[in-house]
Amino acid sequence: MPETATVEKIAINVKVNGKPYSRQVEPRMLLVEFLREACDLTGTHVGCDTTYCGACTVLMNGLAVKSCTMFAVQADGSEITTVEGLEKDGKLHPIQQAFGDSYGLQCGYCTPGLLLSTHQLLSENPEPSEKEIRKAIAGNTCRCTGYMNVFKAIRQAGRNMKGA
Amino acid sequence: MYPRSFHYHRAGSLKEAVSMLGQLGEGAKFLAGGQSLIPLLKLRFANPEHLVDLNFISGTSFIKEDSGALHFGAMTRHAEIEHSALARMIPVLHDCAAGIADVQVRNRGTIGGSLAEADPSGDWANALITLDTTVHCLGPNGTRAIHLEDFIKDAYTTALAHDELVTEVEVKIPPQGSGGAYLAFKRSAPVYPSASAAVQLTMAGDVCRDAAIALGCVGLTAIRATEAETALRGKSLNDKTIATAAETARAAADPQSDMRGSAEYKRQLVVALVKRAIQIAVRRARGEQIEGAHLYA
Repeated sequence: MPETATVEKIAINVKVNGKPYSRQVEPRMLLVEFLREACDLTGTHVGCDTTYCGACTVLMNGLAVKSCTMFAVQADGSEITTVEGLEKDGKLHPIQQAFGDSYGLQCGYCTPGLLLSTHQLLSENPEPSEKEIRKAIAGNTCRCTGYMNVFKAIRQAGRNMKGA
Repeated sequence: MYPRSFHYHRAGSLKEAVSMLGQLGEGAKFLAGGQSLIPLLKLRFANPEHLVDLNFISGTSFIKEDSGALHFGAMTRHAEIEHSALARMIPVLHDCAAGIADVQVRNRGTIGGSLAEADPSGDWANALITLDTTVHCLGPNGTRAIHLEDFIKDAYTTALAHDELVTEVEVKIPPQGSGGAYLAFKRSAPVYPSASAAVQLTMAGDVCRDAAIALGCVGLTAIRATEAETALRGKSLNDKTIATAAETARAAADPQSDMRGSAEYKRQLVVALVKRAIQIAVRRARGEQIEGAHLYA
C-alpha cells in the first residue's frame, strides 16, 4: 500500500455558487470530482468522462466548461456555478422553470449540463434562433433524445428571462 | 477516471515556464487548454511526472493587428477567436475557430496548444497551412520564428524542443482579391472531423491567380493538394474547372479506414469538401459575406 502521507496536496480557494471553499487537493483531482466529493455538490454529473457528453458542464467565470476535462487546481481563484447555484431563495431559475414547463427532460441525467450551457447561451443571446440553439448545446448529449422539447424549453427560458 | 499522480507547477511567466520545464526534465509537460492533454492523461496514454500549467500567465491571450498580420497569443481560446471581429478579417480563421468541437471545449482549448499538439485530426494546422503563418516560440536560448510548414514535422511531432513553447501565432492578412474557406465534416460536434479541407484563392475577375488547398484528417499531417492547386491556377473558374480540381484532390488524400469511415468514403468526402470550399472561397474573394461552417452528419 502506498503511504498516503507522501501524496502531494495543493491548497485551493474556489467560489462555488457564491460560497467560498478552501480545500487541499491532489493535483490530479478533476474539477467534477472536487465539486461532487470535496464540496458535496452532486448535481453535476459524470457521464462519459471523455470530454464528449457534457453532463459535467459547469460555468467557470460565466463560461461553460466540461468539469471532467479540467483539474480542480486550475479552478483556483475562480467562480464556479453548478446546477445547485441556479435556484435563488427557493425559487427555480427561469431556465429551470422553462425546462420543467416544456418537459425539456426525460431521465434528467444530462439536464444539469444542459441548463448551464443554456445559461451561457442566453446570457449572450436572449433570443437565439434554432441554429444558434443547436450550436450552443452541441456539446450536450441527451441519450433519451428529447431534443425537441429541450429546444422549446430554451426558447421559453429566453422569453422568461427577458420578462424577468 | 484519474490520471496517474503528477506534480503540479504553476508558471508565472512564459520564461519561468520554459526554465521550469528545463529543470524538471523529460518527465515534464506543459499544460495549455488541456482539451487534448487531459483526456490523454485520463486514459493514461500520457503519464508525465510533472505538469507546468500555463493558464495563470497573464498577457498570453490576445488578438491584434500589426504590420499586415493578425497576431494571436498562444493561450488565446478558440472561443475568443470565434467571437473576434478582427479575426473575421481572415474568414478561414472564423470558419475554423467556430467549429472546433463544442462551446465548452472552445472556451478552454487554445490555438497555441492545438498547434503544439499537432494532432493529425486537429483543425488549426490544416486551416492555417493555406495561409502565410509563422509560429513564434520561446526556449532556453531565446525566441525563434518558424514557418508553419516547417513547424509541423509529423503526427504529434513539431519542431519544438522539449523545453520550448509557442508564444504567438502570426497570420499574414491575404491581399485584396483573395478569399478562403475551411470546412470540416464531423459525425457530431464533440468528435474530431472525418475529413476537412482548407482553400485560399487569389482571384483576378474569374481567373484564379493563385491557390492553396490543404486536406486534413486524411494523413499524418495536413496534406497540400498541389495537383489540385495547379488545376486551378491560371484557369477561369466555373463549375467544370472547380469539379475537375476537386476530383484531383482525391488522389492527394491518404486516409485510413477507421470508426469515422472507410478510406474510400473519406476520399469521396475530400472531393466534396474541396469543391464546396472552392465555391465559398471564390465568392469571398469577390467580397461576398458567406457563412462557412463545419458540417455535421
